[in-house]
Amino acid sequence: MAEQLICKNVSLGYDGNVVAGEIDFTVSEGDYLCILGENGSGKSTLIKALLGLKPQISGEIIRTGGTGAGDIGYLPQQTVVQKDFPASVREIVRSGCLAKCGLRPFYRKQEKELAESTMKSLGITDIAERCYRELSGGQQQRVLLARALCAAQKMLLLDEPVTGLDPKAQTDMYELISELNRGGVTIIMVSHDFAAATRYASHILHIGAHRQLFFGTTADYLASGVGSTFSERTEQ
Amino acid sequence: MFSDFIGKLQLYFSYDFVWYALIVGLLIALCSSLLGVTLVLKRFSYIGDGLSHVAFGAMAVAGITGLTNDMYVVLPITVISAVLLLRTGQNAKINGDAAIAMISVGALAVGYMLMNLFPTSANISGDVCTTLFGSTSILTLKPEDVIVCIIMSVVVIAAFLLFYHKIFAVTFDENFVKASGVKADVYNLLIAIITALIIVLAMNLVGSLLISALIIFPALSAMRVFRSFRSVIVSSAVISVLCAGVGIFSSIMFGTPVGSTIVVADIAVFFVFCAVSLITRRKA
Repeated sequence: MAEQLICKNVSLGYDGNVVAGEIDFTVSEGDYLCILGENGSGKSTLIKALLGLKPQISGEIIRTGGTGAGDIGYLPQQTVVQKDFPASVREIVRSGCLAKCGLRPFYRKQEKELAESTMKSLGITDIAERCYRELSGGQQQRVLLARALCAAQKMLLLDEPVTGLDPKAQTDMYELISELNRGGVTIIMVSHDFAAATRYASHILHIGAHRQLFFGTTADYLASGVGSTFSERTEQ
Repeated sequence: MFSDFIGKLQLYFSYDFVWYALIVGLLIALCSSLLGVTLVLKRFSYIGDGLSHVAFGAMAVAGITGLTNDMYVVLPITVISAVLLLRTGQNAKINGDAAIAMISVGALAVGYMLMNLFPTSANISGDVCTTLFGSTSILTLKPEDVIVCIIMSVVVIAAFLLFYHKIFAVTFDENFVKASGVKADVYNLLIAIITALIIVLAMNLVGSLLISALIIFPALSAMRVFRSFRSVIVSSAVISVLCAGVGIFSSIMFGTPVGSTIVVADIAVFFVFCAVSLITRRKA
């Protein structure tokens, strides 16, 4: 399958200090990659580098097959600002089409239709007029997922998408992401949920303090035992 | 009694300066409410206060240098400060509210000291009071001032309408906007410049101290009740213009200071909207 994203010996960090080094992995079309790592292992720095928001210290990040900077749909972690933000679901989903507007001040019909069809496919059409701050956590994540899909249809980058959700909503979210993946969307998910990662993902990238511990298929990962210390620690 | 009121109004509106005050007042109320929603949501409620103190300091400097038009000094200094303040929000070395507090108090102190060291008129405390509370300057506007105000308001409103969707997206989620390949920093810069323009404009109306009120009250009132970004913006603009109108009329009728009368009207609306939101939420 076509490779979409290649990281070659990438080092990342702030002000010259390396927080994550020797990162080597490849994402191909239709993959479901889960990036595991503990807090402080440089996961969020890696996300910024993949999105093209922050240059790497050394190494190479190659985006091919129509995934240049801006062609990755991004589902960020929720910010404090969003918790009490007065905006309707439709307004937020449409804002995913912003990059398609360029300098044009208004959305065109095709962009509005894209927003509507995306909302329909994620089952949030009935709450399109509702206010974002009044939704449940699971519904809010669906809205942000719809926005990400409006921005890019080939590849999604999800930053801990189930944080703060109740167990039922977590399962729903994981199922929804898997469904999108089966529909052909490449998924990169950052998580510290070992159990869910090994259940849903096709590939695992495990980063530890300052360096990469594992990259490969989920089956190899489970066989290698790299994750065993991590899984024990998260279960405690 | 009622005919007295009408008579008084007719008398006042036969003067040009009352018309000028009304036009300028309504325009400033409209502009400040548009940006207010964004500023409140971006956690920059206090930037109005901070920048107005900067503008106060800049006015003091302009007074000393004896420039014929304050604007040439005040506007650039305020715009630069606005850009610096909104930028500090993103890197964490000095966070946003500390930076605003620092610049605001610093500029106020330096401005007041300069006014005392190099007095340009005999009544310093009177000058300070006027600059801070804008008690009379809106009634002493010249036709040129009104034209400048109209031009600047048109610029602000046009920029807001043209970049409405961008401003919404940047306010809601800056990181997402950047990730989707849009230059979010450009729009942040735009928001900073528009904010500075509004504040310099508004200093004529309500003075330094009450600008914050003009920016935050309509936005906060609207956010109590309305649930989409567009309806919040529209209602905030309507509230702000109505309150400015009511405030200007009642200040004429009762001889109260213009700026604080407008703010009192804004506060009253805020409490009404709080009550409305309590009632509607209980029903839901």
